[in-house]
Amino acid sequence: MYEQLPALMILVPFTAAPVCVVFRHALASWVIALAASLFSLFAAWQVLEHVRTVGIIRYKVGGWAAPSGIEYYIDTLNASVLLLVSGISCIVLVYAYRSVIKQVPLAKHYLFYTAWLMCMSGLLGIVITGDAFNVFVFLEVSSLATYMLISMGSDRRALTASFRYLIMGSVGASFILIGIGFLYAATGTLNMIDISERIPNSESQRAVLVAFSFICIGVMIKAAIFPLHAWLANAYTYAPVAVTAFLAGTATKVSLYVLLRFFFSIFGYEYSFGQLLLNGVLLPAAVAGFILMSLVAVYQTDLRRMLAYSSVAQLGYIVAGISLASQAGLTAGIVHILNHALVKSALFMAVGCIIYQVGHAHRPSFDDLFKRMPFTCIAFIIAGLGLIGVPLTVGFISKFALIEASMDRGWWLIAALILVSSLMAVVYIGRVVEVMLFRQSRTSTPEVSGMSEAPLSMLAPMYLLIVIGLYFGINGDATLSLAGEAAEQLLGGF
Amino acid sequence: MEKIAGLYSYWVVVVLMMAGLYIMIARYNLVKKIIGLGLFQTSIFYLYITMGKVSGGTAPILVHGDVQPVFSNPVPHVLILTAIVVGVATSAVALALIVRIYEEFGSIEADEIAIIEAQEPEA
Amino acid sequence: MNPLWTLVPPLAVIPFILFFGEKRKNLREASIIVAGLALLLINNLIYNDLVAGGTPQSGEFAIMANYSLKLSAEPMGVIFGLLASFLWVVTTVYSIGYMRGHHEINQTRFYTCFALALAAVMGAAYADNLLTLFVAYEVITISTFPLVTHAGGEAARKAGKVYIGILMSTSIAFLLPAIIWTTVVSGSMDFVPGGVLTGAGLSNGSLAFLLALFVFGIAKSGLMPFHRWLPAAMVAPTPVSALLHAVAVVKTGVFSLLKIVTYTFGIDLVTISGAAYFLLPVAGFTIIAASIVAFTKDNLKARLAYSTIGQLAYIVLAALLATVMSVSGGVLHIVMHAFGKITLFFCAGAILVALHKSEISKLNGIGRRMPITMGCFFIGAVSIIGLPPAGGAWSKLLIAGGSLETGTIVWAMILMFSTLLNIAYLLPIPLRAFLKPDPDLKPGERATMQEAPFACLWAIMLTTITCLVLFLYPAPLTDLIGMIQWR
Repeated sequence: MYEQLPALMILVPFTAAPVCVVFRHALASWVIALAASLFSLFAAWQVLEHVRTVGIIRYKVGGWAAPSGIEYYIDTLNASVLLLVSGISCIVLVYAYRSVIKQVPLAKHYLFYTAWLMCMSGLLGIVITGDAFNVFVFLEVSSLATYMLISMGSDRRALTASFRYLIMGSVGASFILIGIGFLYAATGTLNMIDISERIPNSESQRAVLVAFSFICIGVMIKAAIFPLHAWLANAYTYAPVAVTAFLAGTATKVSLYVLLRFFFSIFGYEYSFGQLLLNGVLLPAAVAGFILMSLVAVYQTDLRRMLAYSSVAQLGYIVAGISLASQAGLTAGIVHILNHALVKSALFMAVGCIIYQVGHAHRPSFDDLFKRMPFTCIAFIIAGLGLIGVPLTVGFISKFALIEASMDRGWWLIAALILVSSLMAVVYIGRVVEVMLFRQSRTSTPEVSGMSEAPLSMLAPMYLLIVIGLYFGINGDATLSLAGEAAEQLLGGF
Repeated sequence: MEKIAGLYSYWVVVVLMMAGLYIMIARYNLVKKIIGLGLFQTSIFYLYITMGKVSGGTAPILVHGDVQPVFSNPVPHVLILTAIVVGVATSAVALALIVRIYEEFGSIEADEIAIIEAQEPEA
Repeated sequence: MNPLWTLVPPLAVIPFILFFGEKRKNLREASIIVAGLALLLINNLIYNDLVAGGTPQSGEFAIMANYSLKLSAEPMGVIFGLLASFLWVVTTVYSIGYMRGHHEINQTRFYTCFALALAAVMGAAYADNLLTLFVAYEVITISTFPLVTHAGGEAARKAGKVYIGILMSTSIAFLLPAIIWTTVVSGSMDFVPGGVLTGAGLSNGSLAFLLALFVFGIAKSGLMPFHRWLPAAMVAPTPVSALLHAVAVVKTGVFSLLKIVTYTFGIDLVTISGAAYFLLPVAGFTIIAASIVAFTKDNLKARLAYSTIGQLAYIVLAALLATVMSVSGGVLHIVMHAFGKITLFFCAGAILVALHKSEISKLNGIGRRMPITMGCFFIGAVSIIGLPPAGGAWSKLLIAGGSLETGTIVWAMILMFSTLLNIAYLLPIPLRAFLKPDPDLKPGERATMQEAPFACLWAIMLTTITCLVLFLYPAPLTDLIGMIQWR
């Protein structure tokens, strides 16, 4: 049983999903989903422990050996992403219970949790697998579930947002599929390790190049890297807010993991960055992303949309770190994958609490928010400080690492632009905080405004995330050493 | 000439793929977009099958005797079987979404829906 | 004594403040005074350790692989720590009178944030490396934000926006990259006598740029053009303006700068590389411009705020001149200006509480109603101006001497010109109060005493006397400054 954890981590939520459909009961489905998530979290924890103490895991699914069978390949990088995905899923699921009651009709709840489980197992599958085609399959599993989840938003525009994401996402996934096809044509194998070994000796380097380009574009679409981020804003805005909190912390991060895995492990650092100058593509996209999207975020009035654009901007930081392609840069990028997931999920959860009580997330229409929801506001402020990168929050750790890495490499302009973008984060978070603290009620009935906080089952998981964030902000070494280890493995290839 | 005629199968893939992409981009009708997506995905299936084909090859079945026949690579076929299932599922979800969109907006034309959406209050 | 102990009293008192709350005011405030005295005692023990030749320091707490939070005591820090903790006690006593006399709202929140800010100031005072300093710096910014916006409403909102906007933006945009840059080139964040940047291979131009990043990044020192937050912060209750925006917060700024010049750059490096060459005029300009702006302000607290900006620029100038004498003068000026300015702010608050007046033009003749307050105001003003028999004379002398040491007379001239301006905008206030007739009195009527509550008055007199004592007996301070390891 213990050695089978890598497979069970995926299988348990995957089989739990149809069980929810059998029960057709909201609470039962929620309990099943939470139990399955907790199991995955436990398994991910064990796997990470094993990877860090014993070494890389190569698990043969069904006992079939690598070239013909599917292999799960787990090193520090994907073990930590596994932990992140299952952890965020658990925390947000606790939060989702009350949040979803207000946003999704009760009759659909069991479908909601079914889709949630499918989505999570899909994401876990993408991360854990060592087989290129398997990546595509799990990608589509998670994507289809995501379209479903997004379309359950209470606003009817959720439907069109979901549809738009479906078109973009399917094209992105198809591109990845084409790329994998060409890789197979060039190397005759689907196992990632085998591919990486055979690429240098392949007779058809043209096919490898084509595969590289298709995968690059496909992953950029799925990861919402500027300028291929168009689907993200509406999807995050109109989806049920628990879904947004979940996706913001996991979906794009997993796509970035795919990017890392393909470009560093499979194609190899030398090929991607030395020969093909991938940083020439990624770096401008990253920089334009974090500058422009931060600027766009400043002008948003809806909190969810603002945070969505801020997500694209923060992804830009990660991609900038990756395109430094140095040990320090990669470490910074990977650590920001973890840190930003914590911060952004917490922020979306805070917005969800506001929506739960106030009914909307339209900044100019808030009044007396701090008096009514002090705990939510404090949570938002702490997480917001994390986004800005104030010391003792996670944002500081990753920003420090990122700027240090770019200065180390001599990229002064990039370092300066990162700071400019941070200033914009000060502005857009500051605007919200300003309204929270100072906007007085305009209905001029001061006696009405008592406390009306979100329920404890929403506050508690939100604060759990914030405490985790603060912990990793103070003990930044924990995540940095993890990311450093992962970066080392990536640069070393398989 | 060899390049065009010898690789005609790949040319079909390219034409189909571009046609699919064009439909997705140029048509406002959501159902037509899905048709485009289907075409696009089908072209990828075709690409895989073409890659797996060995000229003169047959089905990969072991036969008695010393001489095994030349057979096509079965792996792409198997992969595409999976991809077809995925494609069907995507179409199903997309069509279900279109039904819901039609119920809510009374239209399946992207431009008309955009106008309706633009009139709604923010968030 | 481990300097970590200095964080304990201000943090430990917070639960007490919250527990006692509004209902048991006396206990709440008593607990703060006890904490303040404990903090003063701890600082004093650290001082004794240091004088006895020890190096009090805390353990390291690594937040990133090579970078850790660490506190250690060196002479500058001990001076700043003693100053802040002493004035915390005094200000608390003063606040009791002021906040009750003025019927302020949310006093519990006020005292909580105050204590938090003090803890952060202690962290800055004993910071052993740039990271610790930066963390403390940001915590001060955030913990004082609720104090600045204490009153609520539109004015507080605007002020809070400027306050947090400038302080946070500059620290992120300039100070953070400066720290990281320093680390990247020198491989160390620590404060080391003689500095870590010597031999790090930076060109003179880069050094100048790095120094500029530090100088402008530390906007708490109020250097123009990033000074706007300080007048904005004056909407806060007077005790906040007095302790935080005349002493703790702004002094953290200039103190950080002095420390960076001494222990990160090393004064020799600053002098040899000419890194400060382009920054000295900025400080000189700030000195003059702030004094002139102070003239135009009729609101007493606003005038004092601009006066603070000018006085802080003295210290910035002293740091940038980077001679032993000028930096010593800068350190000394932190103390001297603190006592002088806090006296003036206490007086401004006392006038507000007793007579509800905040405009200078309305202070005619109040000297007869508040003789003690206005008398103390006069002495405080003399100290700020830098005249004997008040302590401000020594520090100004040292800074001026330091500027002559560098061979350029222009900075000394600016200091002297600024002294004239100081006289012109500060002295008319007590003169007006004592010499002009009181418009509220009918001819022939005698003014009655209308002093502020005793708690306020007691604090004012204590700081005033200190101003005088520091002139007569500055030896402990100068001895301590003499212990600074310059190289």
